[in-house]
Amino acid sequence: MAIKDLPREELVLPGTPACHGCPAMIALRTALKALGSDTIIVLPACCAGVCLGVYPAASFNVPVLNIAFEASAAAASGVVAALKRQGKGDTNVVVWAGDGGTYDIGLQALSGAVERGTDFLYICYNNEMYSNTGIQRSGATPYGAWTTTTWEGKAEHRKDFPGIMKAHDIPYVATACPSYPEDLFRKVQKAKAIAGPKYIEILAPCPTGWRFPVDRTMEVGRLAVQTGSWALYEYEGDELSFNGRSKQLLERKVEPKPVEEYLEVQGRFGHLFKPKRDEERLAEIRRHLERSWDRFRKQAECSAA
Amino acid sequence: MILIDTGDRIAAKAAQMARPEVLAAYPITPQTVIVEKTADYVASGELDAEYICVESEHSAMSAVIGAQAAGVRTFTATSSHGLALMHEMLHWAALARLPIVMANVNRALAPGWSIWADETDSVAQRDTGWIQFYCSSNQEIFDTIIQAYKLAESREVQLPVMVNFDAFVLSHTSMPVEIPEQRDIDEFLPKFKPFWKLDTANPFAHGSILPPDKYMEFRYIVQRAHEAAKELIPAIAEEWKDRFGTYHGGLIEEVGCDDAEFIIVAVGALGAEARVSVRNLRDQGYRVGLARMRVFRPFPEEELRRIGENRTLIVVDRNISTGSGGAVFTEARAALHGVPGSRLYGFVAGLGGKDVTYQDLEDMAKKVIRQEASEVEWWEWNETGGV
Repeated sequence: MAIKDLPREELVLPGTPACHGCPAMIALRTALKALGSDTIIVLPACCAGVCLGVYPAASFNVPVLNIAFEASAAAASGVVAALKRQGKGDTNVVVWAGDGGTYDIGLQALSGAVERGTDFLYICYNNEMYSNTGIQRSGATPYGAWTTTTWEGKAEHRKDFPGIMKAHDIPYVATACPSYPEDLFRKVQKAKAIAGPKYIEILAPCPTGWRFPVDRTMEVGRLAVQTGSWALYEYEGDELSFNGRSKQLLERKVEPKPVEEYLEVQGRFGHLFKPKRDEERLAEIRRHLERSWDRFRKQAECSAA
Repeated sequence: MILIDTGDRIAAKAAQMARPEVLAAYPITPQTVIVEKTADYVASGELDAEYICVESEHSAMSAVIGAQAAGVRTFTATSSHGLALMHEMLHWAALARLPIVMANVNRALAPGWSIWADETDSVAQRDTGWIQFYCSSNQEIFDTIIQAYKLAESREVQLPVMVNFDAFVLSHTSMPVEIPEQRDIDEFLPKFKPFWKLDTANPFAHGSILPPDKYMEFRYIVQRAHEAAKELIPAIAEEWKDRFGTYHGGLIEEVGCDDAEFIIVAVGALGAEARVSVRNLRDQGYRVGLARMRVFRPFPEEELRRIGENRTLIVVDRNISTGSGGAVFTEARAALHGVPGSRLYGFVAGLGGKDVTYQDLEDMAKKVIRQEASEVEWWEWNETGGV
């Protein structure tokens, strides 16, 4: 499917108060094209709650239940149960949450809802920080990144959250990136057709927080994938497949671009290059990337075996 | 039908007969039996509902918020630390105007660990916007839970309701309870019809950002809903009495107040104990009455002002707002401001399940009557920490 073949229906309406170049709204627009209007969004505290707009206006043309930061998966469980009681089990119940609400404060409720087999789709748009409060570190913030709580750069690597979801043994786990809208659309469409808990994590390169110009969102997303800093893959049950450029990287059919190309465009990594290159930390980033891909290759081998 | 059973099991029975369609709860002593029994009702088909075995009380409240917002009647139950963990979502449920009904078994908060009776857990939730009932018998638990749905779901109120009762004193004590026929309950409490719900045919965003020029307006209509509840609670109790014969008072149950000079004010099971004290004190020639507060939110200010005129109120609190005092005492004192001839004494008693007998309550009253009481006393507080 090409971009021109995506449904014309727009469920993210014009006039959203999102920042210019916001990846979350680009991703939501694409995801809602796959989901369609028979969808209810459960929305915890996150940037998207601001993008939704100020009462009584709303920029999402589907029902939205705003809910507290850590409560989205539990609230979605209730929505799913109530819809089932009313014979509306086909309605898509979708949590749209940031990485703070997913990796950190919302992990318990998400783990519980997923373990209970709740029939819903949980989408995390991961901008690798607490962005709504103004760029603080999260469990998804990568090593070395500046935030307003890691002034010298984060000292720890991010956790493997899709891996945590996979460990719950749910029918579908996938990663995506708004720079690859066909891939994102296909994955949401696939998830929609599967019963039970589904988890999709979308990398959300945020110009405001990552410190790059607002017209480069798509480009930065592509660099994330081309350098191997973000991998596009999906688990259907135990079957793992890598997609697009990530598949080529996995199979070593193409060489990843040097990770510096991805890092250098982002002001949040500026201290790794100026006033002089921080060779030690850049080496650690490369080492961690290699380890991640070694692990991906082992996982892909296990899945194929 | 007469059912002889514990407060927890009676609460579960009431929940079953109210026909909620989604339940979500997390076990905590001494509420656990409600969780088990309602799950059993669903498993056996005696209650046709979805039961969500959540992983915490925070999620229990979040799940019933989601279900109620999607248009069905819900039920949950908790106690003590579970209620404290729910705190954030209690605000959410009330401001979202969701008519959730919850049983709360009043239990003390740690440390040190205490599973025994204490109303500090629910008193600490008084500002969340929930309506709060306190029961004095298992019959009252049953009747109040059903009545709570009628109140919560009424157009004028549209608020969640918490039905409180004391740990063990009621939760684990068997008493005979008159259980009406299901069809009569159904007639009293018809199927839930939401005034709004999440509906893909009519998309709207619920709970979006409210700027300062609108937020206060929303808070005000919640306050107005509490005022409406003050009218509706006695009316619903009267309707229940007419249909089913049992009655526990309106906002306040009054016993022998008309000619009383001294009135004991208490909530929950202490209120039941105080009925015995009042009878005994009257036998001894003291003109003592009882005002048992059934409802703490909305606070029955007008009723208390009427009762307090030219009388001495003896308030017994099984809770403590630390740094201030017993919650009923401090709020009653504020309510009685300017009421001619009213005097007020407060006792903090029975925290963490310390036994408070009818004899204790008689002794408190006599201490006040003999003008030997301080304005506020901690009853039977032991200097050595009880060791």
